[in-house]
Amino acid sequence: MEKVRILKRFEPRKENLLSLLHALQRSNPQNYLEEEDLKLAANYLSLPLSFVSSVATFYSMFSLKPRGKYIVRICESPPCHLVGAESIIDAVSNFLGIKVGETTPDGLFTLELSSCLGVCGVAPAMMVNEEVYGNLTPEKVRSVLNDLRRGK
Amino acid sequence: MRLARSHVLVSIDIESVASGAWEVLKRLKEEISRRGLWEEIKVLETGTLGVTGLGVVLAVYPERIYYGKVKPEDCPRIVEEHFLKGRPVQDLIIKEEVVRAVRRDLIGPMREQKRVVLENSGIIDPEKIEEYLARDGYTALEKALSLTPDEVIAEVKKSGLRGRGGAGFPTGIKWEGARKASAMEKFIICNADEGEPGTFKDRLILEGDPHKLIEGLIIAGYAVGARKGYIYIRGEYALSLHRMHKAIEDARKYGLLGEDILGSGFSFNLEIKEGAGAYVCGEETALMESLEGKRGNPRIKPPYPTVVGLFGSPTVINNVETLANIPAIIRKGADWFRTMGTESCPGTKVYTILGDVNFPGLIEVEMGTTLYEIIFGYGGGIKGGKKFKAALVGGAAGVFLPESLLNVRMDFDNLKQYKAVLGSGAILVMSQEAYIPKMLHSVLYFFRHESCGQCSPCRSGTRELYRISGHLLERKGKAEDLNTMVKLSEALWYSSLCPLGQSLIMPVKSALENFREEFLPLVQ
Repeated sequence: MEKVRILKRFEPRKENLLSLLHALQRSNPQNYLEEEDLKLAANYLSLPLSFVSSVATFYSMFSLKPRGKYIVRICESPPCHLVGAESIIDAVSNFLGIKVGETTPDGLFTLELSSCLGVCGVAPAMMVNEEVYGNLTPEKVRSVLNDLRRGK
Repeated sequence: MRLARSHVLVSIDIESVASGAWEVLKRLKEEISRRGLWEEIKVLETGTLGVTGLGVVLAVYPERIYYGKVKPEDCPRIVEEHFLKGRPVQDLIIKEEVVRAVRRDLIGPMREQKRVVLENSGIIDPEKIEEYLARDGYTALEKALSLTPDEVIAEVKKSGLRGRGGAGFPTGIKWEGARKASAMEKFIICNADEGEPGTFKDRLILEGDPHKLIEGLIIAGYAVGARKGYIYIRGEYALSLHRMHKAIEDARKYGLLGEDILGSGFSFNLEIKEGAGAYVCGEETALMESLEGKRGNPRIKPPYPTVVGLFGSPTVINNVETLANIPAIIRKGADWFRTMGTESCPGTKVYTILGDVNFPGLIEVEMGTTLYEIIFGYGGGIKGGKKFKAALVGGAAGVFLPESLLNVRMDFDNLKQYKAVLGSGAILVMSQEAYIPKMLHSVLYFFRHESCGQCSPCRSGTRELYRISGHLLERKGKAEDLNTMVKLSEALWYSSLCPLGQSLIMPVKSALENFREEFLPLVQ
């Protein structure tokens, strides 16, 4: 089974829990951890399920809800705030028709906020999956999202 | 083969990639081959060139010309005009401006810096270990291994190097503490969980010169007596993770990591751990909890990590920039290091300059450089010719400094006099148009969101502060609210478990004291 193969890449030690959860989440087309994943991890590392679940809910990069193919993370730290992150959040939210934390009905986009992405030189900035976009304007985010929607 | 006439360095970092660096690189190579210049003009990928906010940046050597905001369609023009006809394309050159206010020196990113930590960033290809080796890479390791661990520690102590993560604790003393602890196993951790808002200095070291960090870590391991080291990198830093993985693999191939390094009998291994999005994990004890596979809840100190650290063993945990200073200190000696910076804080400091300045970016200058010099010299002054209002120095857990403190010399000790901190070295500049109550609100939002929730003062206090500040902005504030905010942040300072809650007092108090006139109308 696919998931068991992922588990076997790691030594069954507690310190590998985060790496393991990252790997399981990445293998999921909907970018999230299923109940089954947590159970598998708990079993493999001989940890109580409650412990694994407490870790999975602590870190903001893990999700227990299905997410879109593209996870849009808008940086909401003070440097981005100073140059208009709020209007970017509004623009994305209006364009996609969802609020922060929600996923579009077609399962394509999830909108999240992020702490500092460390690209403050091109603030305001956002990350879509592992790709970073900077110097954002409402027009630019609309065009980026449009391209992604059309599968470009 | 002919000797190349010019080298074009293309900055490949996440910022430039976001602006289309791969497309520019591809087009540039195509144009150069199309015109038969491939033997004369060499195109190299490198890490960041230290210029940010200007899109894709190219540096041409030996001319030392920097092009900014380069688009793929500019490539034919650059190749034709510059490389074929020898006429640099003026409108793409990043201008060095001459401004009278700073004694007609150069301003902006081209102004002379003192580069130790960033000496190779933007010059070498970070994915090629050979280029690091060619620039004296790993010679410090060789030298360290010929000394005793105590001699290495003595040299680091003598250099006066202090932790660059924010606290400024003397590195040599930390190492000595862990060396003296008796234990079967000891660990070295590199804290690369850079999450302080406005800070990206560690990212540029990870992306631009990963081997320098590895060399620093091996030397630290040797000095302390650790056989295993960890680099904890935040999950959002995808390119950093990729480059560090590659660098570790290459170092292993060259016998610089693993068993019996360089025939010295010393063995050391490194492992990368990826964070998962929690600001609090930048705090050293929370980071260790996370490394152990747990929630990132800070531990109570003491015991300090040098006594009881990772998996209960003595552990040295150092910031990326701190460790990146080690190879140069060992190679050139403590006396050389002490020629830079101030008496109590020798060496250099990397700063990120952001916000309303003409040249946002990253610089490395000597400790003790004034805030004025940093903002107006390197940052090029305030955008649009506006007036300076404030600088938030040290990240979100920093201090709002007013104009009257522009001439303060920046080092760990000197800033203390002004109740300020150097912190992570982030300098967020605000022009006359910035509204401090709103900036403070944004800082409080950040803390409320990032509080880990373990201890109640921080969990409730950050919420309450955010609530009050929101009320103020909605003009629903009461007269006593300003005092309540100060008192609350003082309570957090006394009673929070870790620096996250403790440090809130700095932005809150400094905003309310230095910019009181902006808050007063909100409570009338």
